[in-house]
Amino acid sequence: MKQWVKHFMASGELFIWGCGAGLSISLLMIGGLLVLILLNGFGYFWPADLVELTLKDGKHVIGQLAGEEVSPKGIPRIRVKIGNRDLYGLDYRWINTDQIVERATPADLVMVERREWGNFYGRLRTLGKEDQTVAEGSEAVWQSLPALLRQAESSDAESTYMLLVVDANGREKSIALGQVMRVLRPNNLSKLEKVWVYAGNVWVVLTTEPREANTEGGIFPAIFGTVLMVMIMSFVVTPFGVIGALYLREYARQGVIVRTVRIAVNNLAGVPSIVFGVFGLGFFVYGVGGTLDALWFSDRLPTPTFGTGGILWASLTLALLTVPVVIVATEEGLAAVPREYREGSIGLGATKWETIWKVVLPTALPGILTGLILAMARAAGEVAPLMLTGVVKLAPAMPIDWTWPFIHLDRKFMHLGFHIYDVGFQSPNVEAAKPMVYVTTLVLILVVVTLNLTGILLRNRMRRKYAGSAV
Amino acid sequence: MLGPQCDVTSGVSTLSPLVSSLEMESMDPHHSNLTPQPSAQGKSKLQVQGFNFFYGPVQALFKVDLDIPENQVTAFIGPSGCGKSTLLRCMNRLNDLIEGARHEGNILIDGVDIFNPSIDITDLRKRVGMVFQKSNPFPKSIHENVAYGPRLQGLKNRIVLEEIVERSLRGAGLWEEVKDRLHKSALGLSGGQQQRLCIARALAVKPDVLLMDEPCSALDPIATGIIEELLFSLKKELTIVIVTHNMQQAARVSDRTAFMYLGQLVEYGRTKQLFTNPSKKQTEDYITGRFG
Repeated sequence: MKQWVKHFMASGELFIWGCGAGLSISLLMIGGLLVLILLNGFGYFWPADLVELTLKDGKHVIGQLAGEEVSPKGIPRIRVKIGNRDLYGLDYRWINTDQIVERATPADLVMVERREWGNFYGRLRTLGKEDQTVAEGSEAVWQSLPALLRQAESSDAESTYMLLVVDANGREKSIALGQVMRVLRPNNLSKLEKVWVYAGNVWVVLTTEPREANTEGGIFPAIFGTVLMVMIMSFVVTPFGVIGALYLREYARQGVIVRTVRIAVNNLAGVPSIVFGVFGLGFFVYGVGGTLDALWFSDRLPTPTFGTGGILWASLTLALLTVPVVIVATEEGLAAVPREYREGSIGLGATKWETIWKVVLPTALPGILTGLILAMARAAGEVAPLMLTGVVKLAPAMPIDWTWPFIHLDRKFMHLGFHIYDVGFQSPNVEAAKPMVYVTTLVLILVVVTLNLTGILLRNRMRRKYAGSAV
Repeated sequence: MLGPQCDVTSGVSTLSPLVSSLEMESMDPHHSNLTPQPSAQGKSKLQVQGFNFFYGPVQALFKVDLDIPENQVTAFIGPSGCGKSTLLRCMNRLNDLIEGARHEGNILIDGVDIFNPSIDITDLRKRVGMVFQKSNPFPKSIHENVAYGPRLQGLKNRIVLEEIVERSLRGAGLWEEVKDRLHKSALGLSGGQQQRLCIARALAVKPDVLLMDEPCSALDPIATGIIEELLFSLKKELTIVIVTHNMQQAARVSDRTAFMYLGQLVEYGRTKQLFTNPSKKQTEDYITGRFG
């Protein structure tokens, strides 16, 4: 027995299993998180069927099923998205299943997407203008709606048509046609049509601006802001990081000072990001920005131009935050360049700088790109420093547009990470905003993955270019 | 202790395979160099005078005096750590890169001291090319590798560059093998081809002297043979100094051989002389394989 234990321990089997278990748990957790985000994120776009429930007390409920569970008291219940925020005040409602007498999915139920108050679930009744009625009855209104909606959308004047709808229990509600974005009969849609609606919803989210305190509509400004900020950051951080690493590795005399600097740089990567935010606010926004304003934009004072948060300051702050990553990766890339390359170049009469520029840097480029990829991933996910240096919950104008000088680096911007925080925790209706949080998270992950993939593809291209088949 | 006579006879008997290889090769018309040539008395290209070299506190070379004649192959042999590579790397001041290295004495090239402050060091390195032990083509295309040196000198004309590349590759006997893949990565070549590419790269800047630091130590016998052949054609235009571990190689390719031991130049003379009738006992012990 003892012999067996000894043998087992010596073989390292236990540790292999331990390592495997550790890895599996990490993968499982990452996988679970991703699946949760993917399911909820992608589920948001699907036009689910509208269900009409008849309850024991004779009341009716119309809505979309949004999960089921056993309540803490042990009673099974379902969650229904009932919409009609203006009538009920709540978007979701729990219903105990033993209260439900009947479930049906009538074809004439409509989902009205409105500019305010969220969706309305119910039936169409009449469509009219002041005292004249254009159409009456569910089917007639449904037929005449599309043309009028298109007209309302194309004309500049506010549409005066009013849509009268009723909820499950016959409460009437009239909605101005200008407030209506889209009317759907989800129960009447075929699978293919639903896919079409789904694609449309994805498109809307990716390309339009947010509505209703960010809980509805799209997140395009946030996507744009995130990508632009990461790009500006990359443009700044790459040259600075590479120059810093070059000096540290190639020119500085290796000694106590350089070692201290190197340790300091490494520790810089561990400083809490909010500290960088405070520094960015103090140095870039108030210091540099304030000085710029005093020098060139004094006619606009006291309204600050650069002396307030903006995408440039946010990018620079993040560049500061990520420069250690680039320096460390570049230094490693430089150290990995074989001495033979340097000697070969110098032996041909190249100066040190020529050697670095023509041989060492190109060879170290994949390492530099690795650093940049890590820096981009870090920057895209950072929120705290941005809150101090230029991110806002709703930016009135994009940092790039068609008015001269086209790139407005002084403008405030929206950011996906901050959007998650804002929608999820700061919006007046957190429950209704939850799907949007998942969608934004999903998009943020996709943006980071896309940026990283671009970097990785670029790096592989470099590697192929500089390395042959053999080595 | 054996008497000196005994030593000589046993030495000669163990030397016989080497001697026979020398004789065999001397039958080859290319290898007529083994018979003394007029150029052997020609002017010296490199002169090492009372040269001491230190890596920090450690002295690596002791009072080396050496004249290397023009258009000949001079081989440095000796056990590992004897300073032969150090001496070689001093000849184009590559050791300047090493922190804490210093020297005493002179090395003259065409009578000019290479350590003279008025000498342009990059100019010196253009005149004195170097081929390393480990082939080190840059991770660029074959063409770019060869054109690297000329480009450094500011040559931009594509046609001229192409001419230089072709001439250099022909000079290194590589042209026929790579002419269809000039723009492919140099790292795709075989070890021997890579080493010849490094020779071509060194030739492209038209050096007077070519220093070779154990150029064949990582190559198979066939690739080694090709490079040795190359030396015979190259020495018509260049002075070649080669460091080698392989005594047969030194015997085959060189006109003169220097034997170094523990940082000192023990013996220097005509290759045939040194291998068949060494004047120092240490030399004989080494070339007969008694140590090293």
